[in-house]
Amino acid sequence: MIRMTKEKLKFAFYWAASCGGCEISVLDINEKILEIVQVADIVFWPVAMDIKYKDVENMPDKHIDVCFFNGAVRTEENEKMAKLLRKKSKTLIAYGSCSYMGGIPGLANVTNRREVFEEVYLKNVSTVNPNGVAPKTRVKVKEGELELPEFYDTVKTLAQTVNVDYYVPGCPPPVELTINALETIAKDELPPKGSVLAPLKSVCDECPLNPLKKEKMQIPEIHRIYEIIPDPNKCLLEQGIICMGPATRGGCGARCIKVGMPCTGCGGPCPNSSAQGAAMMSALASLLGLEEEKQKYTEADVEKLIAQIKDPLGTFYMYSLPSSILRRKVMKK
Amino acid sequence: MREVTINPITRLEGHGKITIFLNEQGNVENAYLQIPELRGFERFCVGRKAEDMPQLTSRICGVCPVAHHMAGTKTLDAAFNVEPPSAAKKLRELMYCGYVIEDHTLHFFYLGGPDFIVGPDAPPEKRNILGIIEKAGLEVGKEIIKHRAYGQRIVEIIGGKAIHPACGLPGGISKPLREEDRQEIEKMATSCVDFVKRSLKLFHDIVLGNENYVEMIKSDAYTLKTYYMGLVDEDNNVNFYDGKVRVVDPNGNEFLKFAPKDYLNHINERVEEWTYVKMPYLKKVGWKGFVDGSDSGVYRVGPLGRLNAADGMATPSAQEEYEIMYKTLGGKPVHSTLAFHWARLIEILYAAERAVELSKDPEITSKEVRNLPGKPGEGVGIVEAARGTLIHHYVLDEDALIKNVNLIVATTNNYPAICMSIRDAAKGLIHSGKVSEALLNRVEMAFRAYDPCFACASHFAIGQMPLTFEIYNHEKKLLERLQR
Repeated sequence: MIRMTKEKLKFAFYWAASCGGCEISVLDINEKILEIVQVADIVFWPVAMDIKYKDVENMPDKHIDVCFFNGAVRTEENEKMAKLLRKKSKTLIAYGSCSYMGGIPGLANVTNRREVFEEVYLKNVSTVNPNGVAPKTRVKVKEGELELPEFYDTVKTLAQTVNVDYYVPGCPPPVELTINALETIAKDELPPKGSVLAPLKSVCDECPLNPLKKEKMQIPEIHRIYEIIPDPNKCLLEQGIICMGPATRGGCGARCIKVGMPCTGCGGPCPNSSAQGAAMMSALASLLGLEEEKQKYTEADVEKLIAQIKDPLGTFYMYSLPSSILRRKVMKK
Repeated sequence: MREVTINPITRLEGHGKITIFLNEQGNVENAYLQIPELRGFERFCVGRKAEDMPQLTSRICGVCPVAHHMAGTKTLDAAFNVEPPSAAKKLRELMYCGYVIEDHTLHFFYLGGPDFIVGPDAPPEKRNILGIIEKAGLEVGKEIIKHRAYGQRIVEIIGGKAIHPACGLPGGISKPLREEDRQEIEKMATSCVDFVKRSLKLFHDIVLGNENYVEMIKSDAYTLKTYYMGLVDEDNNVNFYDGKVRVVDPNGNEFLKFAPKDYLNHINERVEEWTYVKMPYLKKVGWKGFVDGSDSGVYRVGPLGRLNAADGMATPSAQEEYEIMYKTLGGKPVHSTLAFHWARLIEILYAAERAVELSKDPEITSKEVRNLPGKPGEGVGIVEAARGTLIHHYVLDEDALIKNVNLIVATTNNYPAICMSIRDAAKGLIHSGKVSEALLNRVEMAFRAYDPCFACASHFAIGQMPLTFEIYNHEKKLLERLQR
């Protein structure tokens, strides 16, 4: 990794509501990490280093050159850290699907705290809880008092919380995108703010199964991947399996499709599109011939076709519910 | 009463928090490990497509995604009433071996192992992978990075992605293994066997060659006499991917052996008001509080739990090392919490040897890797995650959408025991109100031995855990703050 100036950069890594996979994905750059520490000092990385929250507070504003923030925002603590790191960083990067779009934990926006508590602590089949005990934010035990942070109802993205400069998509981001982001930073070649640090193409553009004349593709019916054994050399969509490739940004090398599984959309929307779920639904409508050949179908036919799509929310918004216009299920008061 | 709080960097979400209460005499009255996180997968997976579950649940933990992916996939086999072809089972197990190699290597060399290799009283900034490189040399460091990466690569070849793989389907796996990939895996796995053998030698020289360490391993502060649980094969050998769940009592006698589908007859969970994670216990023994012994339903899982619950290892070199461990530590079962580290190394050796066996199996490149499933119903799938027994249980509706989900994740099984280990380590080190500096190290060691992955509830397993100790008197006045 080449850096022209002598002064080392200051990096920070932080996780909020995430699974830890983004942290491991940084480890997966393997021996490259030894090159990184040549051009940058890591000034904050709670999982790996002993630097306190207070130490970050004491840093001058814009002290950190680049902060990689993974995980969604779902608690007051997450929000506090997002705001603090924004203030202390020249460049803030939403790293991974959760901070970019809400991610799979963002599917929790179909529910709320009360329902989660009921499911986990009361209705659960292996739980014995005759007195209906549930965790409390403040609880007196025999020896004193203990506190727990509150569990919130809604998952938010990083950009819904603070200004974000760049996005690195993926669940987790592919190693190539991580290395590319780090190299771009080291060479001081970052694109305009607001950019997604991934190639300007869709997953289909990278897919070895991409048929040459896709505009003529027609699918008579929808199959679920477990129901059929697809032809490994043919486009999955063409075989009736919903693959998010057309509506998903590339940069991953279509790795799920290369093992015969459809894209589930972790790369987020394609360049110049903000609505991944809607884009896929419209692509599908056209593949099913619902747009061009309207006259061919009665309303009942259309309903039958649509009914083949099970769990549209989980299918089209697996990673992007909080960032979509749907955001969350309406809360009943 | 005085209160000691160990809190990783203030109180950030996803971290554990340890509070220790002292009595009037200044001795430990009790300790609490709180897990301040809950994500509600059991609820928001309801209504999702069954076939998405292996990928959805892998996001419970990015450190052990393969374990959730596989538990989910096996649950779907059961729920759709379909048996995968033999080659598919072998491929799944091969991928699983890659995961165990990666995850255990990560823990031993990056997280828990430095406590021993660099030393329990070494400064915290040295107790990490860089400290190991300093002590053992750059070449060793590069070997560690390389072999952890081999584990990830094996998962990636079969699963498509190393973190959050995609390949699991009810009745099999999405793609057969190509011959050139098989060759690459065989080469990497063979290299891993050699690497673990050298690691074990390092462990023998540095740890077992030091009397103080051996004394510490055997000391009361790190001993809990509990039940142990783990999956075993037909010969009662440790198995990560498949088999029956076996439980041995604190004397090492078989107490239970059951098929995954019967787990509800044997495991119950308890809710406490002061933490979001539940406390599992053996139903037949019952919950008697945070105590050990055969009258308490507390059990332990993970590397030591598995080795104690089994009769041996299914591969030759791992079996040899298994025998050495029990001989050195005074027979079965071993109750020392710190022996988890040794057990972990023995398991990497087994996983690497098993990966070599599987990669040489003529059937492994068979094209027959899927059977089509039957009607959707209900299923339970159990695997051994790196950190212990992992249970998934789904009920599907007629459209194969999820109706109910129950998950008992690996670290959760150990949660009651981890609370007790922390309490006991603190008791051994806090006397008459004097909090020793070494407490920071030793309490941390007690629970790091379990490799607690609370990303399954929290994330502090990845790396050095920063700790803050706050000591309050009974008027809640801050007397002392120890920090690292």
